[in-house]
Amino acid sequence: MKVGPFRAMRLILRRELSLSFRRPDQLLQPLMFFLIVTTLFPLALSPELSLLRDMAPGVLWVAALLSSLLSIDSLFKGDADDGTLEQLALSGHSLSVIVIAKTIAHWLVSGAALVAMSPLVATALGIPAGAFATMMFSLALGTLTLSWLGAIGAGLTVGLRRGSVLLSLIVLPLAMPLLIFGASATDRAIGGQSPAGALYFLAALCVFTSTLAPLAASVALRITLE
Amino acid sequence: MQADAPELTVDKVHVWRGERHVLRGLSFQVESGQLLHIWGPNGTGKTTLLRVVCGLLRPEQGQVAWAGQPIEHIRSDYQAALAYGSHEAALKGDLTALENLRYAVGLKRRVGDQELRAALDRTGVGACADLPARVLSAGQRRRVAMARVLAMRASVWLLDEPFANLDAVGSALLARMLEEHADLGGMALVVAHQALDLRRPVRSLELCA
Repeated sequence: MKVGPFRAMRLILRRELSLSFRRPDQLLQPLMFFLIVTTLFPLALSPELSLLRDMAPGVLWVAALLSSLLSIDSLFKGDADDGTLEQLALSGHSLSVIVIAKTIAHWLVSGAALVAMSPLVATALGIPAGAFATMMFSLALGTLTLSWLGAIGAGLTVGLRRGSVLLSLIVLPLAMPLLIFGASATDRAIGGQSPAGALYFLAALCVFTSTLAPLAASVALRITLE
Repeated sequence: MQADAPELTVDKVHVWRGERHVLRGLSFQVESGQLLHIWGPNGTGKTTLLRVVCGLLRPEQGQVAWAGQPIEHIRSDYQAALAYGSHEAALKGDLTALENLRYAVGLKRRVGDQELRAALDRTGVGACADLPARVLSAGQRRRVAMARVLAMRASVWLLDEPFANLDAVGSALLARMLEEHADLGGMALVVAHQALDLRRPVRSLELCA
């Protein structure tokens, strides 16, 4: 009996999640990075709350961006190295299905975990609790978009021996709008203004990348597999 | 498995790897119940040929057709009917042998654990089903890969050096598996350096430098 695309996605998602949880060090590394970078700032600057609060959105978003980049490198690499990527590519499912499932799994263990942890960090940076909802929502949209962008970069660089530098060069410029509008949404929420404009823009980017990135990344992977 | 698999046709395939013209207008046809043994010195494009046949590599000229249709047009149906055994075992070290099969075979067809365990038993690694693949020996990993091919119930087997790392018992087992596969109407392309010791006729294709 043939396996439908949704069943295939569920199966790959389960595979990716169980692989992640077998490697707790790799799972925790981006989260620890996020936690460490954001807690170092109050120590390095000054613990003065007004200053921290001004810096907080920027610090939070830069740390989220870098921590997401840190883990995206391995999105296809492990599978390409041990030959399981070929098996996935020959499973009779479109590569887009594989890319979508793998990217969502990546976001769940990196982005979603980071969002869940962000109130803790935000408290340390002096962000008022009233801004948490906006901050978490914008981070959720932002990290998901980053995962999609990262999937394109990872697909393009998976065949290269030292692709991670190139990956950053490809993904970082594309991620600039996220940084600007994400930090601005958080900033406005802290200042008590409406963050709607920036959030709309983030949401638009998220929809844009989640529709186009699977196609782009699957073409990149197909070339790599040749 | 279908009783009679459609024929697989490789028609005037040319492949360049960089400056090197690896496959030069290769043509052949394999039909249901036939086994094709591909051999030749290292670097003559045996693996490249298998990658072309499975559709991972697009030839610069020529085409591969299955049931008369170019495989690019029927990619998902064709790939659902083939099992590719690459020269590495292609197992995830952190997953158990059974989980490896569950995800690899499960993408091709709905399959229960019991059937997968039976396939592992058949290839002699049933006892390793719940061990992470990373602790298995090269030969055991090869046997798990054999079980994967078996459990996929594909009609086209493309095996790249399947005898590597196998002991005498394992090689004999693989030979029986190939015979049964052909008896059931399947077809197989096998890249191997040694002669295939089978109780049925095997066509052979030599690639030259």
